[in-house]
Amino acid sequence: MTVQFTQDHEWINSADTQAAVVGITVHAQDALGDVVFVDLPEVGRSYAKGEIAGVVESVKAAADIYMPVTGEVVEVNEGLRADPALANSDPLNSGWFFKVKVADAAELTGMLDSTGYDAFLKTL
Amino acid sequence: MTDTASSETALLQTPLHALHVRLGARMVPFAGYAMPVQYPAGLMAEHRQCRESAALFDVSHMGQVRLVGAEAAAALESLVPVDIIDLGVGKQRYALFTNASGGILDDLMVVRPPVDSGATFGDLFLVVNAGCKEADTAHLQLNIGHRCQVVPMPERALLALQGPQAEAALSRLNPAVADLVFMTGGVFDLVSAQCFVTRSGYTGEDGYEISVPAEHAVTLAEALLAQPEVKPAGLGARDTLRLEAGMCLYSHDIDGTTSPIEANLNWAIQKVRRPGGARAGGYPGASIIEAHLAGAAPSKRVGLMGQERVPVREGTALFDAQGHALGTVTSGTLAPTVNACIAMAYLPLNHAIVGHEVFAEVRGKRLPMRVTAMPFTPNHYKR
Repeated sequence: MTVQFTQDHEWINSADTQAAVVGITVHAQDALGDVVFVDLPEVGRSYAKGEIAGVVESVKAAADIYMPVTGEVVEVNEGLRADPALANSDPLNSGWFFKVKVADAAELTGMLDSTGYDAFLKTL
Repeated sequence: MTDTASSETALLQTPLHALHVRLGARMVPFAGYAMPVQYPAGLMAEHRQCRESAALFDVSHMGQVRLVGAEAAAALESLVPVDIIDLGVGKQRYALFTNASGGILDDLMVVRPPVDSGATFGDLFLVVNAGCKEADTAHLQLNIGHRCQVVPMPERALLALQGPQAEAALSRLNPAVADLVFMTGGVFDLVSAQCFVTRSGYTGEDGYEISVPAEHAVTLAEALLAQPEVKPAGLGARDTLRLEAGMCLYSHDIDGTTSPIEANLNWAIQKVRRPGGARAGGYPGASIIEAHLAGAAPSKRVGLMGQERVPVREGTALFDAQGHALGTVTSGTLAPTVNACIAMAYLPLNHAIVGHEVFAEVRGKRLPMRVTAMPFTPNHYKR
């Protein structure tokens, strides 16, 4: 499976490493509540792994979105910008946040798979 | 993403705690209690439920206190700049405990119960904020405990049923509640329990606040939730609703440093308590509040509406077009009904003008906001 997870409750689908898709997990959208606003990263800009790439805001809270890997952002989800509630209703598909050109595939090794992420959730 | 989970320590519970958990509520700490911030429906749906139908809130964490004795009203007037002596039977008023610097110790609701219910509800029945109830009770006891009895009522729960269908739902339990108008109250039998019901609330909608004996609270809540118009709503929706209605949240929008005049609550001070009135002054901070009434208040609480959908939250710094600091936001949210970002702030008087533009600094950007009249959504009180 090409979908991996971070401990910041984000997922990355690197089936296409030129445009790996990044979003937030079901757990993340549930913890946030109704998402009302997203601040997406700049297309064409390169970010380091762990750098703050954007913000997702619910009525009650704001949370930073971190870059799960180093790379250049090649596309952002304008549909999500227009309808932030997609992050709640379909976080793993149409609620994706941005696509990144993976600079170093080695950063993907050692990331959590879905079993690992589920185990991590149980520790919280 | 940063983790937004919160943890519970040793928290108090309201009589409805098990019901909230059973309904799938997300519980958070608030004023020392475990309270439902939302249910599975979520904040937006619960907010809309209140504006369109009827929402049931558990507000049992708030303080209920009765004052007993012929002097209760005169005594209370020594602590609030409000007309209590002429508050008629069954009438309710919004009041403010003031401090010596003319600031606000708490905001509260006061109602004069029917004469024959004095044993349970006293000569005056007060509802105060949860976070202030210990301090308020001590304040009353210390200052007027020698003139009337100050009796906290922890044996009672408090529910709020708010929305255009609140009357339809509650009147099935007792048709007489339909006869109440805004800011009046009385004793009503609900689910075979003696309840005090007022037609008031904290949402801007028509609705009721119901004081019920704790042992009947679950029965009453379930009877209301069984009505087709009613769904449960948590503190998260309560906050977006009151903010749209332009209402203050104590310790955020009003506190010991804000006078009622700066807070734009002049309407709460009746003529008889103002300079020239028969019972002018005689409450803490009166000289400062009177000076503010005469025009000396340096700032004023206003509503702000953002031109973009970026939420502008409490603590956000505000600037004028030239970059001078004007103050900070005291409350702010993305408002579901207004469908825009709204906020409250204290601005210097020359900026506190409807239509005036200020700028909120969010993540390094200065976002335009316009001073807006409140309430942000129209009130729907039954007058």
